[in-house]
Amino acid sequence: MTEEIIIAGFGGQGVLSMGKILAYSGIMQDQEVSWMPSYGPEMRGGTANVTVILSDERISSPILHFYDTAIILNQQSMDKFEPSVKPGGVLIYDGNGITRHPSRKDIHIYRVDAADEATRLGLSKIFNMIVLGGYMKVKPVVRLENVILGLKKSLPHRYHDLIPDNEKAILRGMEIIEEVKV
Amino acid sequence: MGELRLMKGNEAIGEAAIRAGVDAYFGYPITPQSEVIEYLMAEKPHERTGMVVLQAESEVASINMVYGAAATGKKVMTSSSSPGVSLMMEGVSYIAGAELPCVLVNVVRGGPGLGTIQPSQADYFQATKGGGHGDYRMIVLAPASVQEMSDFIKLAFELAFRYRNPAMILSDGVIGQMMEKVVLFDPIPRWTEEEIIKMSPWATTGKPLNRERNIITSLDLQPHVQEQRNIRLQNKYATIQEKEVRCEKIACDDAEYLIVAYGSSARIAQKALDIARAQGIRLGLLRAITLWPFPTKQIRELLGHVKGILTVELSSGQMVEDVRLAVEGRVNVEFYGRMGGMIYTPEEILGVLKAKIIGE
Amino acid sequence: MAEIRLEDIIRPENLVYKKTPLMTDNILSYCPGCGHGTAHRLIMEVVEELGFQEKTIGICPVGCSVLAYDFMNIDMQQAAHGRAPALATGIKRTWPGRIVFTYQGDGDLAAIGTAETIHVCNRGENLTMIFINNGIYGMTGGQMAPTTLEGMKSSTSPYGRDVHMMGYPLKMTEVVATLPGTYFVTRQAVHTPAAVRKAKKAIRIAFENQRDNKGGVSFVEIVSNCNSGWKMRPVDANHWMEQNMFPFFPLGDMKVDGKIVK
Ligand SMILES: Cc1ncc(C[n+]2csc(CCOP(=O)(O)OP(=O)(O)O)c2C)c(N)n1
Ligand code: SF4
Ligand SMILES: [Mg+2]
Repeated sequence: MTEEIIIAGFGGQGVLSMGKILAYSGIMQDQEVSWMPSYGPEMRGGTANVTVILSDERISSPILHFYDTAIILNQQSMDKFEPSVKPGGVLIYDGNGITRHPSRKDIHIYRVDAADEATRLGLSKIFNMIVLGGYMKVKPVVRLENVILGLKKSLPHRYHDLIPDNEKAILRGMEIIEEVKV
Repeated sequence: MGELRLMKGNEAIGEAAIRAGVDAYFGYPITPQSEVIEYLMAEKPHERTGMVVLQAESEVASINMVYGAAATGKKVMTSSSSPGVSLMMEGVSYIAGAELPCVLVNVVRGGPGLGTIQPSQADYFQATKGGGHGDYRMIVLAPASVQEMSDFIKLAFELAFRYRNPAMILSDGVIGQMMEKVVLFDPIPRWTEEEIIKMSPWATTGKPLNRERNIITSLDLQPHVQEQRNIRLQNKYATIQEKEVRCEKIACDDAEYLIVAYGSSARIAQKALDIARAQGIRLGLLRAITLWPFPTKQIRELLGHVKGILTVELSSGQMVEDVRLAVEGRVNVEFYGRMGGMIYTPEEILGVLKAKIIGE
Repeated sequence: MAEIRLEDIIRPENLVYKKTPLMTDNILSYCPGCGHGTAHRLIMEVVEELGFQEKTIGICPVGCSVLAYDFMNIDMQQAAHGRAPALATGIKRTWPGRIVFTYQGDGDLAAIGTAETIHVCNRGENLTMIFINNGIYGMTGGQMAPTTLEGMKSSTSPYGRDVHMMGYPLKMTEVVATLPGTYFVTRQAVHTPAAVRKAKKAIRIAFENQRDNKGGVSFVEIVSNCNSGWKMRPVDANHWMEQNMFPFFPLGDMKVDGKIVK
């Protein structure tokens, strides 16, 4: 099994750390993982994206041009990555700030309004965990207990009291994600 | 088994340096490798092992700090990216001339000039053919994974000390910036002063009454003496060429066609290979691990069954010259590259292979 | 109520401020609140007001302002990291009638380019130098600069600058003021309207000196913020700068008409 994911949005949305948690979760379930970020000055407030691969085999190229799953958190990334989803693949997006919604008919499209939900829950810092929850519902590649283990491993000790909130956010994301028919 | 971590390639360099018992790191920030010094600063290696980490005022200063400390038999290193490595080339020439061990890491970005900060492999010539002035060689290792970023720090120091020669790890923005699993080797203690004096009797550690003084220099005013130094260097290089070549052969045994690549390109080429094999194309991949010494013999050995070779590099074609020298015109050698920080897809590579080598 | 139309507002009689045509229409790539953009504008206004557009050649550094050539509507050249004063020397010596200026950050001017900075000032080249001191390497993501304050955190001094291990913050402007080859040396800021007015005056003097061939470098430091590198909100960064940078890097003239005044 190999899952090739792109997560893309604004810098500051927790795109890179969400990818990191996914990668850690993969390690917790004994998979091979790679995490390849976009880097450079464009990340100062601009767009950020990261490619994460989880696989049961040795990973060849860490750089991809087509993905099984695209998780998209702003319009620029929608324009850039909607065409890069493999036919039959999955596109997950947050509707907040999206002016042109995805329109491909040969992929599965899901919407998770995590930004709104995070504000409602008063948990804006872990908006990305709501998105992650949505992803885990649609694509059960990483198991919840491994995500929690991954969080423990990736978060510094002083933040470990935030893990219950993270779990809550993941579960909420699983509830609110909805398939969109185009 | 050692400790398992998820790390960036650049961070693995820093952690491996601490674990390899390195005495000092001198460096100057530059993208895409600043995480090396940032990681080291955050880790407080002076508390972990006593290792010195210093941010120098420039790469010129960094390499000369290395030159100074290396002369005293200490394990020292620096890291940078292309423009900074260019500035270091004078120092490297002196270090090679004075026959000192040290390790340099180049996390290559697109050039020439200020170029881009995206990944590139356009510093192959600089690393393997001199770069600085004079007849010298650096041992050049090309990691293709975060694991190898860590492992090659240890290996590079072993080779550097075995041959009293600078060794370079030639990486790029892909390997430096990505995170992968890495199994860290167990820490090696730093050498004590007594051990250094015993192991490196040539080092300028302070002249005791019972030995001749040690002079570290690359200067010989007399040309015939300088020629002797050059001959000694060339003999050493010949030994390295004979003994230290490393490469990885993937699916080469029955290969009709071959891709030669290194570092991040070899990772992408491996995906092209997987696709090709699924289509029934008998493709192999030779991944050069030492770029100097180059796996000339290893390529030549495959020519019995290989009918054509594609070299892929993130440059306009540099290593391909060494592949052609190895092949000596016996089979068709073609090249495909992207430049300036652009990266090819596996499909793109396969397309070129079919068009130029297989002849579809 | 009648509809408000943009065309009714944009009229010559309503004009209160006009961007100098010496700034291009390209969108500044700087972080919101960064001082670089203001400094660019002041230089271009001075070049315009003195009528120098056609004879000015600017040198941009390596640093956040590496792309200054995208924003300044004059001939420009981009130097290697720290070498701007050497390029400027080459140009001024071969085109003495041209107005040549350098624009550099603290890493560029006071770390890797220290030799060039000292020697251009020591030779007394008839040049204008603008030095943006934000106490950090902005471009590369917030590493320690030679001007980073004692105790200040950066990505390469994550526990604060320890002067015993990393050296002391360097007052390069004070250093060059002592050299006989500098003619005008001043330290300014651009974070308030009053500071902007003073800084512009200083920049103007620095260009006039060159025009009048006063002999010697005219050197203008601008203490500026780097909210991204300092990890602060822009307004907080300006307060922090007033409270921490200005006491160590006091504003004002150091050398006027070739004589030390402070
Ligand atoms: C030879 C060389 N070394 C390092 C770098 C990486 N680098 C780019 S900008 C910079 C420092 C920028 O800091 P500063 O001059 O203070 O300018 P700022 O971005 O803060 O305005 C460095 C180290 C480079 N481009 N070239
Ligand atoms: S990083 Fe700092 S110096 Fe660079 S544009 Fe942003 S605020 Fe300005
Ligand atoms: Mg700066």
